[in-house]
This record gives sequence, C-alpha cells and structure tokens, in this order.
Amino acid sequence: MSATTLPAVHLTPKPSIDGSEGQLLEVSMGPQHPSTHGVFRMDVVLDGERVVKLKPVFGYLHRNHEKIAEQETYLGSMPYTDRLDYFCSIMNNWAYALAVEKLAGIQVPERAEYIRIITGELTRLQNHACLIGFLMQDMGASGTPLMYAFREREKILDLLEALTGSRMMCNYMRFGGCRVDFPAGWLQQAQKVTDAFPRFLDEYERLLAENEILMARTQGIGVLPKELAVNAGITGPMLRACGVNYDIRKVDKYGIYDRFSFRVPLGEHGDVYDRYMIRLLEMRESVKILQKAMRDIPSGAIMDVKAKIRGFRPKAGEAYGRIEAPKGELGFYLISDGSPNPYRYRVRPPSLINLTVLEDMCLGHNVADVVVILGSVDIVLGEVDR
Amino acid sequence: MDEQLKIELGKQGIFATTLQDLYNWGRKNSLWPLNFGLACCAIEMIATTMARYDMARFGAEVFRASPRQADLMIVAGTITKKMAPQVVRLYNQMPEPKYVISMGACAISGGPFKQGYNVLKGIDRYIPVDIYIPGCPPRPEALIDALMALQRKIDEQQLTGDRKPRHLNPDEPSEFIVPRFGAHDLEPPQNPDVWRPPLVNISLAGGDDSGID
Amino acid sequence: MTLESIKSEIEANVSGCRLEIIPNGSPSGQLSLLIDPEHALAVARFLRDAVHLRFDYCSNVTGVDWPGKEISVTVKTKKIMDGVEQEVEEVQKSHSSGHLEAVYHLYSMENKHGPIILRMRTENRTDRVSLPSLTPIWRSAEFQEREIFDLYGIIFDGHPDLRRILMWDGFEDHPMRKDYVEPDDYEYEPTAHDEVLQRAKQHLDRAGWR
Repeated sequence: MSATTLPAVHLTPKPSIDGSEGQLLEVSMGPQHPSTHGVFRMDVVLDGERVVKLKPVFGYLHRNHEKIAEQETYLGSMPYTDRLDYFCSIMNNWAYALAVEKLAGIQVPERAEYIRIITGELTRLQNHACLIGFLMQDMGASGTPLMYAFREREKILDLLEALTGSRMMCNYMRFGGCRVDFPAGWLQQAQKVTDAFPRFLDEYERLLAENEILMARTQGIGVLPKELAVNAGITGPMLRACGVNYDIRKVDKYGIYDRFSFRVPLGEHGDVYDRYMIRLLEMRESVKILQKAMRDIPSGAIMDVKAKIRGFRPKAGEAYGRIEAPKGELGFYLISDGSPNPYRYRVRPPSLINLTVLEDMCLGHNVADVVVILGSVDIVLGEVDR
Repeated sequence: MDEQLKIELGKQGIFATTLQDLYNWGRKNSLWPLNFGLACCAIEMIATTMARYDMARFGAEVFRASPRQADLMIVAGTITKKMAPQVVRLYNQMPEPKYVISMGACAISGGPFKQGYNVLKGIDRYIPVDIYIPGCPPRPEALIDALMALQRKIDEQQLTGDRKPRHLNPDEPSEFIVPRFGAHDLEPPQNPDVWRPPLVNISLAGGDDSGID
Repeated sequence: MTLESIKSEIEANVSGCRLEIIPNGSPSGQLSLLIDPEHALAVARFLRDAVHLRFDYCSNVTGVDWPGKEISVTVKTKKIMDGVEQEVEEVQKSHSSGHLEAVYHLYSMENKHGPIILRMRTENRTDRVSLPSLTPIWRSAEFQEREIFDLYGIIFDGHPDLRRILMWDGFEDHPMRKDYVEPDDYEYEPTAHDEVLQRAKQHLDRAGWR
C-alpha cells in the first residue's frame, strides 16, 4: 500500500500467504470494542494469529466541528475546541487561541503566559498518567493502574474545576490571555499537588518498570523506524521514541517556554516500551517546569487590554498556529475574510496523522499486540474525527 | 403487609416479602452496563467507575464488552449517523430486560453539535430510552443519580396487570429497525414507532408571520 | 531564507514550473506559494531532498472551497448617443467559475525551520477537479488527502487508496462545500423563530398534526 520512495525499512517480514495453508480470516475490531479507545474500527486480515493487513476505519465520531465553526464567531468556537481532544481541553483552547492571536496580531501579557504554562503542563501530566493506565488495562491489568492514574487525575481536575468552573470542558483561554485569574489559595494547592506528583511517579514506575509481563509484551513490539516516522508526519512522544529530537516547545519557542530549561527524552528503539518510558520521563520534566513556573509567576493583567472581545473581526488573511499537545502537534489553520466568522477553520489533529503508520507497525505481529500498539499511539477519537 | 408484623417475624427468623419485590430487588441491584462510551461523556463514565465515585457499590460493577451479557446500555456521547446503525444493532442484540440511559446533551438531542450534517439528533429516535441525563458532560454524581432513578423505576415495575414492563409483554417489540445508509441521510431518518416530533404550540411561539413573541 | 529566495531556487532547479507568491493580509506574515499542478511532484521532491532545505515533514493538508462569484468592473467606453460620441461608464459583469484549493504546510525536522506553504488550485468546481497527490513524497498526506476528497471532492491522482474516510461509502455529497444543503432533520426547536419556525411548521404539516 505504501507508495513512498524511501529506502527499505526494517519491518518484520510478512508471513507467506500460501493457499494450501488455510484461508485468511478477516476480522472487524470495533467500533464497539473494549480496548479501542473510542469508536474506532480496524479491518484486520489474519493468517492464524498474525496480522497480514490492517485498515483503520473511522468517522464514527465525525461531529462536523469545522463546518459548525464556519457558522460561529471566532470566540463561539472556543467551547467546541474543548471537545476535540476531550482529555486535554486546556491544550486545545491554547492552540486555538495561539492561532487566532497570530491571525490578528494580539499580544499576551506575561502573567497570562505563565498561567497558560501552568494549566497546560498540569493537563499534560494527567494525560500521560491516564494513558499509561489505559495501556496497562489493554494488556490485561484490569483497571488497577488506571485507578492509580485516575486518583491523580481527580486531584488535577479539582484544581481545574476551582479555576475554570468545569472538570473537563474548561473553555478557559481567550484571544489575548485567560478568562479568570487564580482564586485565593489555588496556587498553594497546585504546588502541593505538583510536589506530591514525583512520589506517585516513583510508585508507578516501581510497580511497572521491572514487571516481566510488561517488558515481554512491549519490548520489540510495534517498532517504528525513524525515516518512516518523519515522512509520515508523526509528532509527539511517538516521534521522540524513535530518536528524532523534535519538540515544538523547543523548536518554535511559543509562549515563554524559552525561559524554562527542560530536557527532551529520546528513545532508541521506537517500540512500545520506549513510548511508555518517554511518557514517564516527560511527566518528570513537566513537574520541573511546573515548579519553576509556580515560583516565578509575576502579578499583573491576565488579558491584553487592547484585545477586542465584542465585534472581533480580524483582517482578511490566514495563519497557522501549533503547539506541542500531549499527543503531538496540534495546529489550527484559519482563513479570515474580514467577517466575524472564519472563512475556513481547520484542525490539524495529531491522533489522525499518527494513525498513518498503524498498519506498518502491526504487520507480522499477533492480534493481541495490535491492541497494545494502538494503545501506545495514544488516539482520542474526538480529535481523529473532529 | 404490616411493617410491624414483618419486623416481628424477622426477629423470629422468618422473612416475608412478595415475589415482585424479590424479583425487582435482584434485578435493580445487579445491573450490568454495556461498555459503550462514544465520546467525552465516556470519560466521565469511566471516572464514575473509578475509586472516587465508585459505581460498583450500586451493583453496576461488571462492565461487559458483549451486548449478549449486558442489561444496561449507557449511551454516552454523540451518536453520529455513521454510528447509528451500530447502536441500534447492539440494542437489538441485548437480551430482555434491557434499559437505556441517555447520558449527556448529545445523546438526548444532538447537543452542541445539533447543526451537524452527520450528527443524529438524539438516540431516542430509534430506541426507547428510560433515563435522560442532561449535562455536557454530566458530573459523575449525575450519573449515579440517574442509576438510582433507574433503580427506583425498576422497583415500581409490576409483574402482572396492565402496567407490566416491556419484557413481560409479548406484544411489545424488543428489536427495532436498523437504519440504512442512504445517499444523503439515514433511511429512515427516525423510527415513527419510537419517536415523534414534539408538538410545538405555534401561537405561543410567535404566530404565523411574526418573529419572536 | 525568504520565500523569494526559495522561489528562485525552485525555478532554477525545476524547469518550466510556474510559481506565484500569494500575499497574506494578516499580521502573521505567512506567505504562500502557488504551484502549478503539472510540476507539483517535481517541486515537492526538490523541496524535500535539497540539502539546505530538507522540508521532510508535511504537517497539514487543507482543502478550501472558493465558490464562483460575480465580478463587476466599471469601464469607460466611447459610445455614440444621440449622434454625439460620448464617454460613458459601463458596468461589465463576468462570472468567475470558482475553484477548489489544497494547501500544504511544510516544516523541516532536520534543519528545524519552516513553515513553507504550498497551494494548488483546481480549474473549476464541477468537472475538472483533479490534482496530483503528494502522498508519494510525504506519507503524512495520505489520510488528509482522503479527507479532502471526502469533504470537498478534489480527486488526487496517484493516491494509493482514494476513498471516503469520514462519511460512509454510499454518501453522495461533499459536505464542506459552501453550497452544501444539509438534510432537514431537526424537527424541534424550543424557542423557534424566523426560518426555524417556518421549518418547524412544515414538519408539523407533514406529520398531519395541523
């Protein structure tokens, strides 16, 4: 199926399809499936237990976000961006606000940038923790690591609820800053949660990193070669697990990320185990960023005083803004024609692009590994289908 | 039966109840939900089963993956037209008695995505729904409240008489037609036996040619 | 490295290509390069393989619909009126056919620069809607070009697997186009007014309840 002109990549060789061996079995995994992270379907062709062909089918959650956005105003689409990657609503809001600020040339005050980083990195923490919990559940750990992860997630959701009013659909960013400032005592509570996080990470790592079953089921599974990853547009932890050093926080230096020194963990083999370890290490780096941001946050305005909220009509033109979301590069492409509604509103979904190589990673593996590999790709169907 | 008499008998080791109470008690305290999260509300459903808002203490612990083994379908999330035939098929495969909780604004009526060309404006167009939970997404406490409301509803179901529930009545259907993919829309766009558009009082809504009243 | 220097490099290396820089009115400063469909593959290959450019990461592929519009131009012509030659103003109306567009955002992971924005336009919106697919150059365009085919109707020649991705296979419209009419299937609005009220009344008439 691949029509690239790349050098030969080292995939596991396909089993021989010999008519005398028996017939191939075509299985449809999904759309209602306990492990497919939402309404996602894979048409898998099996030779015994080994995967011969795999075609992902989606569109079961296509909610016409882009068409609705053409009928809404710019600010009216902000609550819809919450529902894109419904695990990390703050990140979606931030990406959209960044794109509109690029389109209209709006500046963001310093305190608002710090608030964005604090809420954004808290979201990244809970996303990575829950993803590792879901990965364990797919492997059969039956919910216990997920319960630990959700315990931490509930603490972070309590913080977000105190700040924005809603646990999941925060609708917090505005073009030129944030909606409300921290309530009294919020920063102290957030510092307590952040300082307790490394202990949770140690506990998680101790439970799982030396686990024989985990290592046997993830090492060497779903290997993604570096050249294929770059060519297929993979971003996020999946790309860094292959060894490519591309983190948009370091490349674009959006916001005030250049004031924070954090490391970018890179993997060596590009398999499922590397992706799992990368996410653990990224959580530790996020904790460092959070602690520094909470120490250094200045006082001041949280919203640009010149930003227009009513009657917001950016000049005709276009802009593409992107951030490093927990899943990869989340970008918004906006074309404006001078009216209050966007002419074209496009979301660049990281989960959809990361699914391009699902077939290449799964060929030759057992069908039980397909579920593990899909879990490590980290998809959210709200984003894939929009 | 007189409550005092029941308590006196109970002290002697005799337990008095009716067959209907026992039947309903067993059913309502062991509702097994089907693993059916579609979108964002699914995450709140998962959070409801986690340690903080434990749903297992209400008996709904075992989330079955197969519809043949489940008796409660919590439709959590937006139903798109591409997914609608699958939802109805799953409902048809569930054995009686079966209940549906429609969780979230999208499952009730299309929710914030009501203008979408691919969004089904509510799952009650094709299958009968027992409990509706508003919210976007509804809090886990709201889902637990809905589960308790469903338990109260089951408790009131009679075994005989004309208030029999659907599964004891051989004339009522338990399977509904599955919509097909048409060229522009689903065919049929709704099931007229299950759902009719609600009556709008046109005179209150503004008369024949005026705008907002 | 500005867009003009990249444009002259491409013109030097790919003979016969016609490029045009499209201005951008917003403060974002992201200018785009309109390339012609015949030489698109060669241009893309040059951008990906040239050592100092190395645009190896195609981040975003978007479809845009520009429907045809009426263009009226006021011209001064000489006309004979009442026997006297006079200069009058005349309004000439013409109709542009409109086109569909595919926009590619390219970055470089190796040299960490970008973005470069490429645009390709079809000839019209009805029958000449094919463009060359850039999936052989950048695999990340695979699903995104399928989505543009599904929602806009641009046919990408050379795509390995061009079929609908978000809507079901029997669906016949291209929903993201500006002239798409959605099916009339929400019969109830709690506070109906204006056109929604008229539509709600039609539904009641159809159900035979009035």
